[in-house]
Amino acid sequence: MIRTILSQVKQYALASVVTPLWMIGEMIMEMLIPIMMANIIDRGISAGDMSAVMKYGFCMILMAALGLLCGVMGAVFGARASTGLACNLRDAMYLNIQKFSFSNIDKYSTAGLVTRMTTDVTNVQNAYQMVLRICFRAPVTLVTALFMAFSINARLSSVFLVAVAVLAVALLLIMSRTIGLFQMGFRKYDDLNEEVEEDVTAIRTVKAFVREEYVNNSFKRAADNIYSLFVKAELGLAFNAPIMMICIYGCILSLSWMGAKMIVSDELTTGQLTSLFSYVLSIMMSLMMLSMIFVMITMSLASARRVSEIINEEPSMKDPEDPVTVVKDGSVDFEKVSFAYQKGSGNNVLSDVSFHADSGESIGIIGPTGSSKSSLVALISRLYDVTEGSVKVGGTDVRDYSMKALRSRVSVVLQNNVLFSGTVLENLRWGNPGATEEECREACRIACADEFIDKMEDGYETHIEQGGTNVSGGQRQRLCIARALVGKPAVLILDDSTSAVDTATDQKIREGFSQRIPGTTTFIIAQRLSSVKNCDRIMLLEEGRISDIGSHDELMERCAVYREIYESQTAGSGDFDIV
Amino acid sequence: MSEKVREVKMGGPRGRMLGPRPKLKDPGAIVKRLLKLVLQHYSLNLVLVFICTIVAALANVRGTLFLRTLIDDYITPLAETAANGGTPDFAPLLSAIGFIAVIYVIGAAASFLNQVLMVFVGQGTMRNIRKMMFSHMQTLPISYFDTHSHGDIMSMYTNDVDTLRQTIGMAMPQLLNSLVSVTATFVSMLMLDVPLTVLSCVMVFLTMVLSTRLAKVSSRYYVAQQSDLGSLNGYIEEHLSGQKVVKVFCREEACISEFRERNDRLRDSANRGNRYANMLGPITMQMGNVSFAVVAVAGAALSINGFTGLTIGTLVSFMTLNKSFNMPISQISTQFNSIIMSLAGADRIFRLMDEKPETDEGYVTLVNSREGEDGECRECPEHTGHWAWKHPHQSDGTVSYVPLAGKVTLDDVDFGYTDDRMVLHNIKMYAKPGQKIAFVGSTGAGKTTITNLINRFYDIQDGKIRYDDININKIKKADLRRSLGIVLQDTHLFRGTVMDNIRFGKLDATDEECIAAARLANADGFIRRLPQGYDTLLSHDGGNLSQGQRQLLAIARAAVADPPVLILDEATSSIDTHTERLVQEGMDRIMSGRTTFVIAHRLSTVKNSDCIMVLENGRIIERGTHDELIAGKGRYYQLYTGNAIAS
Repeated sequence: MIRTILSQVKQYALASVVTPLWMIGEMIMEMLIPIMMANIIDRGISAGDMSAVMKYGFCMILMAALGLLCGVMGAVFGARASTGLACNLRDAMYLNIQKFSFSNIDKYSTAGLVTRMTTDVTNVQNAYQMVLRICFRAPVTLVTALFMAFSINARLSSVFLVAVAVLAVALLLIMSRTIGLFQMGFRKYDDLNEEVEEDVTAIRTVKAFVREEYVNNSFKRAADNIYSLFVKAELGLAFNAPIMMICIYGCILSLSWMGAKMIVSDELTTGQLTSLFSYVLSIMMSLMMLSMIFVMITMSLASARRVSEIINEEPSMKDPEDPVTVVKDGSVDFEKVSFAYQKGSGNNVLSDVSFHADSGESIGIIGPTGSSKSSLVALISRLYDVTEGSVKVGGTDVRDYSMKALRSRVSVVLQNNVLFSGTVLENLRWGNPGATEEECREACRIACADEFIDKMEDGYETHIEQGGTNVSGGQRQRLCIARALVGKPAVLILDDSTSAVDTATDQKIREGFSQRIPGTTTFIIAQRLSSVKNCDRIMLLEEGRISDIGSHDELMERCAVYREIYESQTAGSGDFDIV
Repeated sequence: MSEKVREVKMGGPRGRMLGPRPKLKDPGAIVKRLLKLVLQHYSLNLVLVFICTIVAALANVRGTLFLRTLIDDYITPLAETAANGGTPDFAPLLSAIGFIAVIYVIGAAASFLNQVLMVFVGQGTMRNIRKMMFSHMQTLPISYFDTHSHGDIMSMYTNDVDTLRQTIGMAMPQLLNSLVSVTATFVSMLMLDVPLTVLSCVMVFLTMVLSTRLAKVSSRYYVAQQSDLGSLNGYIEEHLSGQKVVKVFCREEACISEFRERNDRLRDSANRGNRYANMLGPITMQMGNVSFAVVAVAGAALSINGFTGLTIGTLVSFMTLNKSFNMPISQISTQFNSIIMSLAGADRIFRLMDEKPETDEGYVTLVNSREGEDGECRECPEHTGHWAWKHPHQSDGTVSYVPLAGKVTLDDVDFGYTDDRMVLHNIKMYAKPGQKIAFVGSTGAGKTTITNLINRFYDIQDGKIRYDDININKIKKADLRRSLGIVLQDTHLFRGTVMDNIRFGKLDATDEECIAAARLANADGFIRRLPQGYDTLLSHDGGNLSQGQRQLLAIARAAVADPPVLILDEATSSIDTHTERLVQEGMDRIMSGRTTFVIAHRLSTVKNSDCIMVLENGRIIERGTHDELIAGKGRYYQLYTGNAIAS
């Protein structure tokens, strides 16, 4: 985990190395300055020597200036290294998320990913800066002070060793107890985040059912959970300070007692005891700093783990070694395909699906709610990998293509589709960044989106809000279809993409497909039989199996279920949708 | 420094309607408000913290003094006794050490207690603020949520509240601690020598001037950092929630480069902010050293030349005090930034809390009712399946009960989301109790908007909406909404089991009621096929449930609520027509005698309605039954025939 984090230091390695050096420089000045102070007092003031006061005073100011230089440089490089690391961490996370397959994406909530990329990275950044600026300094101080103490009187100084050992054990105990709590606490942060996200996105439902109080209570639970976990964790850390104080005070008292005895028996001078006391203070300060870093690291370890989890998440789908980059044509083959969202769960949503679609053919897919229509088409552009069997596009297994090649030729209009903030044109060019405006307009004409875009005040430059909230559901769907068409795909998949479009427009869009892009294989999932009736073939899915496939007329003749659906939609005196 | 801080821009929400970024104005008021919040629940804790801090500081001072007396009063006499051949008596030393040990233990205990108390104060205040924010957010009008980015709202609950911990948990106690020791030192210094104290103060003042200037520079960058963080946060939130679309269009590289641009900007502002903040420590520390040297030279000049009564001994003591005078000052100055950052956070939090809640001047409430023997409608506590509007009349103090019938009238209603652009014009509508009213029309014609007005998600600009002849403005919003069941096209499921999600419609529904509702909505079948049936946990976006399955759940949720009036807004658009028919039959059964509003573009959904309204560009252009509209040969007929010809 730590290695994952450190491997992202990269171009900030120099700054990371230099920072502690400057800080050590500052520390040296810090150690020399008290000597100057003592000199000013002992040799200057006490001796009544004005010139000595001036001399040491000047030296001290010079050292202060040097210390300042070191401190400032440490500040500059420390900031550069830590913010640079944070930047690289975010970059690495985002880069890896971009490699995530759909099943990786399903694993994490958006809210959780956002927390990891902001709050958690900030925690790591702060800890790293602390480590660079203090971590090296404190042990150096500690070791130097211990060394000096031992050189004065080894027997007496062994007290320090006892204290340091006790402290180390105590700190380790505290750490092992609290780190788990912090880890849990940060997971609760995800819950809190999700609670808020849920409420904000579903506010209409909440208000419509007058469930403000209910949601409020569940938020309160999330807030209470965080509270109780963090209180527990921080209470653990609260032991830090008193344990340390007790160690230091213990040192001072035993030094006083043992020192006194040794002075009396002439084994130690008074001056040496005084110096030992001053080293106690140095040791105390450095231990204090260490424990501060220790707290920071404890808190940030949980964050570091969450960050590295994302960086190390293995994308469940990878391009093959030697990928095929050209999709020959739009033919699609399913060969004995079975599929489950969780591999090995045995919970197959598709079982033993086989069919062949010619290039340019149009296939309609109907079936009751939950019959895995969407799962079936998701396999064509390899959004998920099959559990058994194989899916071929243009005669080649989809797993042999580079994903980019495959997906740019197989366009899916997802059921739950989103537009992004930006102009209409920018959104359209998602389908093909190099598309000319004319190509975009043509796509809009086929998708029947041109009529309302032209009516908008700024036309193709109209700004779309996040999630496309400023266009209606039907308009959003038509824009999404147009966006998919801009890429001039070989295979086009519409997953219930015209459900909010009125029937006449729906009809027009389908006519557009057959007239203007006849070479494109189209898969149309729909609820309305009218949407698929004119397809070359219609596939009827039931509980993850193809129960029949054929033209409308064939199915009417031989398939009872199809006939029933047809009749249910046309029953009575004839239904608009179907006639 | 307050003047300059006022100019500091802060990273406010990037809300679409907020315009220029707000500035952090009047930090004093924010601090006051924050303190008030802390004191509200933790005044006792803070008093104890105050006492503990003083005790700990005093114990510390006493401990330091002991080191000075140890040698002079105990060790030196002992050594002399030993040197003179006497037997040194260690007992007084032992008791002195024992005494000071007690002092130390008290000091350690006080600082431990301090820490413990502050944990509760810090975490407790954070929890309270979160809860306050959330309950307040619940009362805000829909338009607030329309105009604020979700990522930004989320970040208030985590990032902004977290910055408060820094201030409450660390900066405040440290300030207090520093204040105590600075005061103690200052008094001691004054007692020793006034001119040197003045000189020390001048040096401290210079340090303060320098460090506040630096703090201002860094806080400017910190504020920039918060805003860059916000922009990055927004980008991540938007594009990760649409990550599947990104994948489908192979837009990974484009997204990465857009992301990098924001990421680099954040790095640069964070780098600058941290750089200047880091400099504060060394600068104040070295200024302290310079101060020491300057005071030493000046003091030496004074005492050696004998201008004042300053003795060398006093000067030596004074120099020690000078050292401990500078230390806390430099500690305080390093806290400036965190304080400024958390004030910026607090400001954002307070701005949320100051948002005006939905106005609800309604006083008519919905109650369960029973028909009395005299045929009058009476209020009763239990659920009877009958409701009545309890209408207190302010003029004469009487209360009248109007049975809830489900009559909804719209009278010349105009509406626009903003005042300058109307989306609905002159809407007139009359729904008799028990009728099924349908709205059809092309997308964007204003169908959904009408239902949003009936439940008062938005308030109308002109005209009147009446419910059972009561102006809906007079009805308490919660009761109005309780009387309307709504199934929206965009279904939102909540984290929890399937059962929990259905029960959302009626919190005290039994499992049987929920299952019955699911059967009615035809959702029972697929639910039973889920891995854990009704106990299957759903994530907040519904996981692997298909759009149609989610709609069935939403309908079950509305069915269990058993509302007097039902609004179905494209509620069955993703459900296959066969299932839809079954669902509809079920719904028709429970809604018989109750009013239903149906919005659909699928004409089969609306055909059997009592009245169909055809909307176009925010106006009702036709109305009537299916047969009447066909006979009228208008827009509806056109849709019908256009469709027919196309097939």
